[in-house]
Amino acid sequence: MAHGPAKGLSRWFYTTNHKDIGSMYLWFSFAMFFLGGIFALVIRAELFQPGLQIVEPGFFNQMTTMHGLVMVFGAVMPAFVGLANWMIPMMVGAPDMALPRMNNWSFWILPFAFAMLASTLFMEGGAPNFGWTFYAPLSTTYAPASVTFFIFAVHIMGASSIMGSINIIATILNMRAPGMTLMKMPLFVWTWLITAYLLIAVMPVLAGVVTMMLMDIHFGTSFFDAAGGGDPVLFQHVFWFFGHPEVYIMILPAFGVVSAIIPTFARKPLFGYSSMVYATASIAFLSFIVWAHHMFTVGMPLLGEVAFMYATMLIAVPTGVKVFNWVTTMWRGSMTFETPMLFSIAFVVLFTIGGFSGLMLAMAPADFQYHDTYFVVAHFHYVLVPGAIFSITAAVYYWLPKWTGHMYDETMGKVQFWTAFIGLNITFFPMHFSGLAGMPRRIPDYNPLWADWNMISSVGAFMFGAAQLLLLYNVVKTIRGGKKATAEVWEGSHGLEWTVASPAPYHTFTTPPEVK
Amino acid sequence: MATESDRKQLRTTVLKLLSLAGAMFVFAMWVMPPLYDLFCEVTGLNGKTKGQYTAVEAKVDTSRTVKVQFVSTNNEGMPWGFSPQDFSIQVHPGEAVVTNFIAHNPTEKIMVAQAIPSLIPHNATDYFHKTECFCFNQQTLAPGETAELGLQFIVDQELPKAVNTITLSYTLFDVTESAKEAVEQKQKELVQKRISTEQPATADSQTLTAR
Repeated sequence: MAHGPAKGLSRWFYTTNHKDIGSMYLWFSFAMFFLGGIFALVIRAELFQPGLQIVEPGFFNQMTTMHGLVMVFGAVMPAFVGLANWMIPMMVGAPDMALPRMNNWSFWILPFAFAMLASTLFMEGGAPNFGWTFYAPLSTTYAPASVTFFIFAVHIMGASSIMGSINIIATILNMRAPGMTLMKMPLFVWTWLITAYLLIAVMPVLAGVVTMMLMDIHFGTSFFDAAGGGDPVLFQHVFWFFGHPEVYIMILPAFGVVSAIIPTFARKPLFGYSSMVYATASIAFLSFIVWAHHMFTVGMPLLGEVAFMYATMLIAVPTGVKVFNWVTTMWRGSMTFETPMLFSIAFVVLFTIGGFSGLMLAMAPADFQYHDTYFVVAHFHYVLVPGAIFSITAAVYYWLPKWTGHMYDETMGKVQFWTAFIGLNITFFPMHFSGLAGMPRRIPDYNPLWADWNMISSVGAFMFGAAQLLLLYNVVKTIRGGKKATAEVWEGSHGLEWTVASPAPYHTFTTPPEVK
Repeated sequence: MATESDRKQLRTTVLKLLSLAGAMFVFAMWVMPPLYDLFCEVTGLNGKTKGQYTAVEAKVDTSRTVKVQFVSTNNEGMPWGFSPQDFSIQVHPGEAVVTNFIAHNPTEKIMVAQAIPSLIPHNATDYFHKTECFCFNQQTLAPGETAELGLQFIVDQELPKAVNTITLSYTLFDVTESAKEAVEQKQKELVQKRISTEQPATADSQTLTAR
């Protein structure tokens, strides 16, 4: 039983070890993060000045589409699955994931999905150019021929996510160490349990909507074609029924990460543990009944607008509970500001700003002004970049000593944090203003009225991109060497993963630990 | 290692989760679209008008006048000329009104079109009855042909008092690709027509000789 990893490349192809698979997920998502980042920088370079300078409008549209798809499905989601693979078995005292072979498969189909998606860039007619939300009929009647490859890539990604989620739920429900009751689980495990249920509920809906597109394009049905009795608005309903839970899929595990880090560096237990669990569950439930706030302008009756508006605003309540608990955990704590803590505090502050602009967008009458402008772009980048990306970065710094056995370079970590933090705000804050001044999304050229805001945003984007190169450098440097890490790593660390040696042995908890 | 009961438990969990995923796929593909149509039909949302209506004996409410406006739109790439004969009519609730839309096919080929109606305000959809409508069928026009497309409707006496204007819009879609049979039929009709218009002289002479 106690054997090490296989030698050579076959280790990575055949592995069923949760730590190997976790590492592959993380590296894969890191690669996709850089790919999506390059697409974003093409967009920002084009928008540096009004007028067309660098790319054709058609290619610009392909960039906005591919940036969104790669970041959502390639960078953020696999990164969280990678963290889950690495940490959940160690956090609940299990020897591995419940279904190790399926785990291997759910990872290895991902590179094929994204190779297929990226290859559309070199096809005749170009890559998908209809935005990451791929509204019909833009994505059916008027789509480039490569749309079929996009559809199958989405199918594969969906299959991967569903398998990953089944694995995570099965692990959490069946493989906990004796004494690890549900309400003793670390919050990262809790948030992932709920996220996995969301994934299983909505990824099939995404698969359904792209299948309907496929049938409209190739098999003569008219789900979304008004000429045949279908309705394009139906597409938006089905898409956002998937899409809104999807945005919580990208943020709930982040809540778990931050709820692990803040208590460590505040040296206090998390304030309001059970309220955190219930708040997460409430957010997950509410995510299913607010989808139409993405489509206030399609011509809904007043009653619909009001109902979706209030349901959306209701989400601010459980989210407010969470922010309150994080702040209260820090209150009078004996805080230190190592890199993971800096990223977590920035998460709390900036995610709250994104939440406030979300509330502004939730107001149906005001939304008619904001709809499809850069204000929306500013809002979702404020929740996704400091939300998902910062929490993943925080998690990497926090658990890197456990993974590699070496401490990272604290100074370099802080340099990365401040570059990313300043770069992010320079990029996305001005978008609020260009959006309120009326600048629409997804345009390659624009009125000179918005030139200054765009120039500032572009400068910030390149700064933020440079910060990610620093992260890559820091990670590689830590893997190659550094100060030896202790088993606890952090003075205030708490939980089963800190009871095993650093680096974590290839097999952990082959005999379950006793949890009191 | 895992005991038999552990394995059984694991299998149950996985089966449950797989069936949840399967059920959600079925829900998205086969439940949501019909549910959406049903919802729109029941509430009158989305401008979907009802199907054919059989007129019932009803008194015309001459005390009230409702303005019915007509809008015509061509879907992108649809080359036909398409416009209402009357842009707006004043009608009394309960009275059967007939109007026409004019369609013209300016192209060199036979084309088939489908008109899709949309009606606002949504609380009028239940009270706007179409007894005859060109939108119930696909329309086939020969090259250069112009046709009057008929519409007969009744505004219900029960129409909410607050509604003074009803706007009915038709969007014309090109469905030639998917209506091969209609094109073939029109082709046959055209050939026959050409025979019958070219034939008269010969036909007459034939009958003469026969006689």
